[in-house]
Amino acid sequence: MKLSELAFERQDYAYAFLDEFAKRELRRKILKAIAIPGYQVPYASREVPMARGWGTGGLQVSLALVGVNDTVKVIDQGDDDSVNAANLRRFIARMTGVKTTTDTLAASLIQSRHRIPEELLNERQVLVLQVPMPEILSSIEPSYARAREMHSDGDYALLWLGLYEDLVKYREVSYGADYPVLVNGRYVMAPSPIPRFDTPKLHQAAHLTLLSAGREKRLYAVPPYTDVYPLEFEDVPFQIEDQRGWRDASTGAAGKFMSEIPQDGGGSSYQLSDTGLKQKLERQMAGEEIEIGATYFDDDTNFYITGFLKGAS
Amino acid sequence: MSLLEMTLDAPRLLEMQPLLRVNNLCKNYGGIRALENVSLHVYPGEVLGIVGESGSGKSTVLRLLNLEEPETSGTYQLEIPELLGQNLFELNRFQKRETRVHHIGIVYQNPHLGLRMHKSSSGNVAERLILAGEKRFAELRRAARESLQASEFPIARMDEPPIHLSGGMQQRVQLAKAIAMKPKLLLLDEPTTGLDVSVQALVLDTLKRLQFELEMTMILVSHDLGVIRTLADRVMVMRGGRVVESGLTDQVLEDPQHAYTQQLVHAKL
Repeated sequence: MKLSELAFERQDYAYAFLDEFAKRELRRKILKAIAIPGYQVPYASREVPMARGWGTGGLQVSLALVGVNDTVKVIDQGDDDSVNAANLRRFIARMTGVKTTTDTLAASLIQSRHRIPEELLNERQVLVLQVPMPEILSSIEPSYARAREMHSDGDYALLWLGLYEDLVKYREVSYGADYPVLVNGRYVMAPSPIPRFDTPKLHQAAHLTLLSAGREKRLYAVPPYTDVYPLEFEDVPFQIEDQRGWRDASTGAAGKFMSEIPQDGGGSSYQLSDTGLKQKLERQMAGEEIEIGATYFDDDTNFYITGFLKGAS
Repeated sequence: MSLLEMTLDAPRLLEMQPLLRVNNLCKNYGGIRALENVSLHVYPGEVLGIVGESGSGKSTVLRLLNLEEPETSGTYQLEIPELLGQNLFELNRFQKRETRVHHIGIVYQNPHLGLRMHKSSSGNVAERLILAGEKRFAELRRAARESLQASEFPIARMDEPPIHLSGGMQQRVQLAKAIAMKPKLLLLDEPTTGLDVSVQALVLDTLKRLQFELEMTMILVSHDLGVIRTLADRVMVMRGGRVVESGLTDQVLEDPQHAYTQQLVHAKL
């Protein structure tokens, strides 16, 4: 018997690109993050063949988690086919050989930038969000060391000063994305740049959400069924972006987050920002048998947890 | 109550406990001794002036009283129900912040130290209430308006950032911020230095009125004996980190005992 027959076949890369030590470190940090909801856990962000700022944080978490039986979906701004999403999906598939999909219901691991899918995620799914700026306090406290002290003191009062300034200046809260949320009654976190519309979806969600910033080397988590409350004044409740009156141009879907498409002559048409859902609706209209899951918001933009959004916009 | 009983009341200062007690306060910056055994007692509603030349330790005293810096040695007590018998220097940083927010107001000479120059003026005032845990927007607006009005700030400009305001108005915003929580103790670090004489007089008027209305205890640091004479009941003269003389304002300024105080008073005249 020859040595070459006993040894493993030579491979160019480890399974899922990262070496075993890197994956083990990431998994341990992920467990810590899950144990302390909303707390930013530092980790050794590895080099991946992608520039910082293109989802390297999310990618490393996905690579550490993805197993041979997983089905992966990657979205960017709700779109499965944008350059960033397509690159990441192809990379994960090539390095692991897993199946990929655009269907939210079929995916077990979803990596996303800027959106949470419209269809309800379940206990078996993991959502990985790419985060550019994990430190929510950086706008009021430039020193990271001081900001960490404020986190440990639970000293978040100054975030309300930001809300106050917005209300005074614009008569409404102008945070378009990355709206600060209080997780499990303890840590305030940046929910990555998801729109305000998606922020309530994190509250008591069935799925596990992992948020990871590659450049800033921090990851944090929202475990399943955890309280996530947007910061708000008692008399000025949190509001989502108003999507009422807008319909998807091809499927007629309403009450979901829309992308605005400027038209000749100054008008606008709208299309679902979640293109996975849009494709499924189109195929259903074409007569195909296809399962469309329950959604977080119904056609009149009512949230599935009644009473959670006090400020019905 | 008969006239006799009234006249037999003990004098106020015998009955009252000092609001603020500082004993043997020392502060070193590296090898430099900035404060040497400074002790002061201030009674409720009293205004204590601290005078002295630059570098005499006046502002250091205020920074320590505002719990901004750690002391080298000494004790600091405030006669406030929840802080009775507590040496404030021994509180942890969160308790210190709570004490600062609820019980101590401060006005700096340089408004850049005390204000967020690019946030609205009303927001600067509301910050105090926000830090104290107020979560109602309407209440913040009301309190900010009330405080700004009390410090005679033009309400029409309450949402402008301090960077757009004149020096006198910036001081009024600082003052409104300092009194927003109706603190027992107000610290003033050269509040009118750098303002022209007429504006200075107006700000001093406001201060005097507020002190009377809110019955605040004030500690006023200034090198301007005119300001001290206008506001302070008692005065403390400092030099090289030590207290060289203290007593009633009129007494000290009219009949200075210590050679340095004599020099100071004459230099002013």
